Amino acid sequence: MIVRISGEGQFDLADSESARLNELEAAVVAAVEARDEATFKQALGALLDHVRSAGSAVAEDTLEGSDVILPPSDTSLQEAESEFTGEGLIPD
Amino acid sequence: MAGLAGRMSTVVKAKVSKLLDRAEDPGETLDYSYQKQVEQLQNVKKGIADVVTAKKRLQMQESSLQQSLVKLDTQARQALSQNNEELARAALERKNVAQTELQSLDTQVNELEAQQQKLTDSEKQLRAKIEAFRTKKEVIKAQYSAAEAQVRISEAATGVGEQMADVGLAMQRAVDKTENMRARADAVQELEAAGTFDDITQLGSGEDDIDKQLKQLSSQSAVDDELAKMKGELGGGAAPAAASGEAAQISSGEGAPAGESGQQ
Repeated sequence: MIVRISGEGQFDLADSESARLNELEAAVVAAVEARDEATFKQALGALLDHVRSAGSAVAEDTLEGSDVILPPSDTSLQEAESEFTGEGLIPD
Repeated sequence: MAGLAGRMSTVVKAKVSKLLDRAEDPGETLDYSYQKQVEQLQNVKKGIADVVTAKKRLQMQESSLQQSLVKLDTQARQALSQNNEELARAALERKNVAQTELQSLDTQVNELEAQQQKLTDSEKQLRAKIEAFRTKKEVIKAQYSAAEAQVRISEAATGVGEQMADVGLAMQRAVDKTENMRARADAVQELEAAGTFDDITQLGSGEDDIDKQLKQLSSQSAVDDELAKMKGELGGGAAPAAASGEAAQISSGEGAPAGESGQQ
């Protein structure tokens, strides 16, 4: 399973990791819903750290798409709430 | 991954599919896709350069705030030595606002610097993927029938498209950040300019609208502390032992902000 941390890169994780990822992600979502900035930062950090440590970095020149895309490590609670709807370079 | 990651994936994938929509004639599409990718890479490079420029502008605002701090400190001392405590307080209130702004600007410039570094790394990944795509398209052209090629192209283009979409999002975040910061810094600078810092002695009672706004923005307890400290320093013999060294510095210098070391 390929997981992208937005703004950072892609990581290859064993498929068996998906349960743990779901668990860690649920904690992030709960913190967003509770609007608890400190818990949100901590939960997002734990999720991303797990991806980095349990996965291995994918080669830069790989052309494979990701199965999961996670928000960047410096995401603010406000950004998480607004669902990253920015236009970016590629307009919708 | 229905929550946050799901939403994030949806946003990125929507952008990727926009990028890939153009596929019709495989042979032509391959070269066209590559050409588009190279063009977009140029946009990314230009975007990073814009972020760097914006960051430099903010750093210039920082140094101008720094100068304001020194000036205001000097003015407060001058006012105090002329026994005009009200004026000294007005100057210190402004100094306090400028100081708070400077600290927040500093934090944000550092964050921007980290984002810029990440953007540069992402751009490097994008370049590697585009280069891989260039090689792959020749292989696809040589080895596959038109129908098969179609499938291979969209597989290969997905990786590039995803990276492109991701860099695009990161860029947008950095741009938003610089714009927010600039708007804030501009607002504070305008407020300061409106208070005619150039000649504080002409401010009168120090109770005009601008002063009222500044008073609300500043931390009164910090202003009280600094005023007391400054009085102690200027009072010479009455000053606490710890401050006497600083007081000596001031009389020899041009009102260097001696009180600042403790504030920053």
